[in-house]
Amino acid sequence: MTIGKLNFKMTPARKVLLFMAALTLVLIVYRLVIGLRPFTNLNNDWPWGLWIAVDLSAVALAGGGYSLTLMAHILNIRKFKVVARRAMLVSLLTYIFVLLVLFVEIGRWYNFWRPFVSWGHHSPLFEVFVCISAYTLVQFVEFTEVATEKVATNWHKFLKKIMPVVVIIAAILPFGHQASLGAIYLATIDRMHGLWATTMIPWLFLISSFFVGPAVVTLETLAGGRIFNHKVSIDVLRSLIRVSGWLMIAYLVLKIGDVASRGVLPQAFSGSFEGNMFLLEMVAGVIVPIVICFSPLSNTKGGLAAFGLLTSAGVVLNRVNVVFTSLVDFLGNSYSPSWGEWAISIGALAIIALAYLFIMENFNFAGHDKHQTAS
Amino acid sequence: MAKGVLVDLTKCIGCKGCQTACKQWNDLPATIPDFDNNLTYPADTDAYNYTTVLHRVVEKEDGQETLRFAKRQCMHCQEPTCVTVCFSRALVKSPEGAIVYDEEKCVGCRYCIIACPFQVPKYEWNDALKPVVSKCQFCFDPRGKHDRIGHGMEPACVNACPSRALKFGDRDELLKEARQRISSDSKYVNHIYGEKEAGGTNWLYISDVPFEKLGFRTDVSQTPLPYYVHDYLKWTPTVFLGGGALFAALHFYTKRRNEVARAVEKEEVAE
Repeated sequence: MTIGKLNFKMTPARKVLLFMAALTLVLIVYRLVIGLRPFTNLNNDWPWGLWIAVDLSAVALAGGGYSLTLMAHILNIRKFKVVARRAMLVSLLTYIFVLLVLFVEIGRWYNFWRPFVSWGHHSPLFEVFVCISAYTLVQFVEFTEVATEKVATNWHKFLKKIMPVVVIIAAILPFGHQASLGAIYLATIDRMHGLWATTMIPWLFLISSFFVGPAVVTLETLAGGRIFNHKVSIDVLRSLIRVSGWLMIAYLVLKIGDVASRGVLPQAFSGSFEGNMFLLEMVAGVIVPIVICFSPLSNTKGGLAAFGLLTSAGVVLNRVNVVFTSLVDFLGNSYSPSWGEWAISIGALAIIALAYLFIMENFNFAGHDKHQTAS
Repeated sequence: MAKGVLVDLTKCIGCKGCQTACKQWNDLPATIPDFDNNLTYPADTDAYNYTTVLHRVVEKEDGQETLRFAKRQCMHCQEPTCVTVCFSRALVKSPEGAIVYDEEKCVGCRYCIIACPFQVPKYEWNDALKPVVSKCQFCFDPRGKHDRIGHGMEPACVNACPSRALKFGDRDELLKEARQRISSDSKYVNHIYGEKEAGGTNWLYISDVPFEKLGFRTDVSQTPLPYYVHDYLKWTPTVFLGGGALFAALHFYTKRRNEVARAVEKEEVAE
């Protein structure tokens, strides 16, 4: 399929994705018209469910956008520039995914703009809403700067000129909303299980989103390298995950220190459901990846992939634990996601996967900004 | 001056007159109730019931079983978590201390529902396009239709109570009266529920049986939850302005450093 300079190769797998995407769009419209029940299994005990867990996880996984912007464009670490563009693309697409799921999640979707004019600035959700909206826009400008290398090229010069300001905004904005996503749960702190009920939660969310970024970028680079035959050297990826590794050590110390100082550390080893979930989160999602990161395994593709997968899964598990595990004792177990909640969560992924394939094939996101790094 | 209601559970006869008056005054539709404990209906407040009277068989200290009734509704916190977390100001606190909901501004995010330490706000799940967050408005209605407080009247439930278990007034006065009732009669437990819970609520309860036996949450944080939120959010300007300035400085510094490094490399090659 070719339109002008742009083309999209059709393969059987992509046809399946297209079918899924179309079905999801129909499902989304259906949900918006039919309401939240019976489409979802949400209830008064569990007003937030799968979609919130998916959104909290996805925003964290998109952390590569700002962590790579910070390292490649603010600290100007030269060897990381090669992955900065693709990190930004994955981040932008993930934010679009998040906004889509959020739009479906809210009960009065036609009122989504209200907070822009009626400022509930005392709510962490207000900061999340404003920051995510602004950041998605900023990332779109970053995206356009790359896209105008090929289409609408007369805009490119102007966009290039404003890039220094854009990257500074793109690096700082997520510090606000990544932490505020954790701060949302400060309001439920007296009902959460002790292992997660901490006033440190905004900062733990922030640090984990920063270190999971490179893990996702590594996975994307390894997978994307196979699909598009773009190679990034193992040396670069190893340096990248070492940054994560050091932050994960700090995170581990902070987390254990926090749990110990509140006297709830023994609960982790009590054999309870919550205790086991906490141990799984910390051992498989933090400790094992740290070991991989600083062992010779990090010189291999397999080691890098294992690090990426475990770290990503660990952060997702942390968000799931905050949303569900920490509150199940207080709220009971009256909720499990409906098929519709699952279908939209997975189907929306198909939409951004298609966008990813199309953009990677048509624009220079796999390479990097030749101009800035020519030496 | 914050208004409040003092609920004396020892005086409640479980007639549900308050429940009926509330539904009538607020034009809440009839529903088919589900029973709880054979006597309580509905089992909990919901989208169409701002208040419900719980019926509980409780064992007193002398081992005797007895019936007690407890009207539940929004506690109208002095430092309401729901108002703090509402990002579109659909929930606000009136000068009289009532926590009032405006559906026009509501986005339907349901943060208030998960945030309320008393699990009060309920959602109208079955409404497809205009679902509301539902809870007692303290008979306060800025749009006028269901307003009683603004006209100097007491809430519909208080007005309907035949046994004077509910008393409407200034919170400070009610608190004094609650203390006086507790100290003048040994049957009361020495606990004014709502005096300190969640930082203090405008609805206050006194009882002759421990509150936990009636299903009241007694481990509610005495520190108002909004405190934790403010304590975090106050850092926001620092993070954005300080971080932004720092990043700008670093950006230009490291860029210049790289340029100088490259120039030096070139010179060395030339030599």
